[in-house]
Order: sequence, then structure tokens, then C-alpha cells
Amino acid sequence: MRPTYKVRPHPTMRHTSGGYTGLMSVPLVAITTPPLDLAALVAEVSSGDAGGHGAIATFTGLVRHHNLGRTVLFLEYEAYEPLAVRALERIVAEVRDRWPRARLGVHHRVGRLELGEASIIIAAASPHRGDAFAACRYTIERVKQIVPIWKREHFEGGQVWLEGATADPDDNDARQTAYRIACA
Amino acid sequence: MRVTVRLFARLRDLAGAGELVRDLSTPATVQTVWRSLVADFPPLAEYERTMSVAVNAEYARMNAEVTDGDEIAFLPPVSGG
Repeated sequence: MRPTYKVRPHPTMRHTSGGYTGLMSVPLVAITTPPLDLAALVAEVSSGDAGGHGAIATFTGLVRHHNLGRTVLFLEYEAYEPLAVRALERIVAEVRDRWPRARLGVHHRVGRLELGEASIIIAAASPHRGDAFAACRYTIERVKQIVPIWKREHFEGGQVWLEGATADPDDNDARQTAYRIACA
Repeated sequence: MRVTVRLFARLRDLAGAGELVRDLSTPATVQTVWRSLVADFPPLAEYERTMSVAVNAEYARMNAEVTDGDEIAFLPPVSGG
């Protein structure tokens, strides 16, 4: 099957192990149906750096078997893909503004995800660990604020669309909240 | 003029379709499109205060003007991650 993620072409071709990252360059930002490949994303945020990065922090979000007292069976993720890619690119730009020496990658999966599977992976490389951790944390907070992705929880006894934040990328209060959490 | 409407997650369920075509008279805004949708699918109204909107896959405001061929998306509160 052809990879379904939306990519900005990367100048170097890269061959990594299997999956959606198998035969093409790894984009820093992606919305994808196949399982996520953290090793490939880590390799990509590290690429082209001759020892300048002293740290890589990563975050992996997983499908949990309980939520709000419900027994979760599986999750179904849906995205408005072109806008989701743009929103992720916006977050990458925000991270670059705040932590200019950090290099960030973030991939979000859509479709049906089973318990324990990864829904999102984030990797942030930086000269020092503090910025790497902060960029990583900032990114997941912003994803939950402004990226048009939704999850439908299928649980024992029913299903429900989960709804979190009203997405508004220009809401500075939300952005400052993400900074505060990231730098706490 | 004719615009395409995209609905996601619970909005899609409430309308029973993820993509609709609407014919509108000009000039029109995102608000015009929304009102015509709510007229056909009244349960959508509960999202008026919490949704976001996009025009041609860029976030926009309710007072943004729409033109022929535009894609207007209505987005319930997001829950990615």
C-alpha cells in the first residue's frame, strides 16, 4: 500500500525499516494511517547534525484501556488532513521561534487504533536537555489545542466522540498556557 | 454560487454526511453557510459557540467572506493526541 501521509519533499532520500517510513524520506510532520515509526522520526530530527545536539526527548501517546471510568475497546481517529498538516507545521514554527536550536518532528496517526498502540510520536533534538524536554511537552499541549483531529472512543456499552479544546491558533492565552506547562 | 461543506466527527454524525454542496446567493460569509446548514440540520446548532471554522483548509472566522468553489469546514472541539 502506498503511504498516505502528506509530505513536504525532503531533499535526501532515506531508507529505513518497513512501515510508512520505509521507502521515502521521513517528513518532520505527518498524518498517517500505518503504525508510527519513532526510530525513523528520531533519526530524522538527528540528521545533518554533527554532534551539535546534546539531547533528544521523545513523547509517545498510547491508546489507554480505561478512560473516565469506561472500559475502552479501541479508538478511531479522524483528521481534516490538509489543515492538520498546516497546524502541525505551525507548531513546528512556534517551536523554532521559542527554541531556535531545537529540531522537532511530530507524526499523528489516524484510523482505527487498538489498545496500546501509539497515536502520536514527537521527537525534539536540541543542544541541551531542557529545551528538548520543553519543546516536546509544548508540542503535545499545542496538538491538543489546535490540530483538527478527533477521536471516537469505542467502549464497552457504546461509543462517543471526545471533544477537548475549541481550536483557535490565534488564541494567545492558550499558547501561553502551553509554554507555562512546557517550562514548569 | 456553490460551495462545498466539510463536517467532521460529531458534526458529521449529526448531519449524516461529511461533505455537502450548498448553493448560496452572493455575497455570503461562513455565517451564511452555517445558518443554511442549521436550518436543514437543527441539532448542529449546539456547536455554534464551541466549533472552529476553516475556509479552504485555513482557519477562518464566521464573518469571513466565501466565494464560489470554496471549501468551508466546521470543526467541533478537537481531541487529538
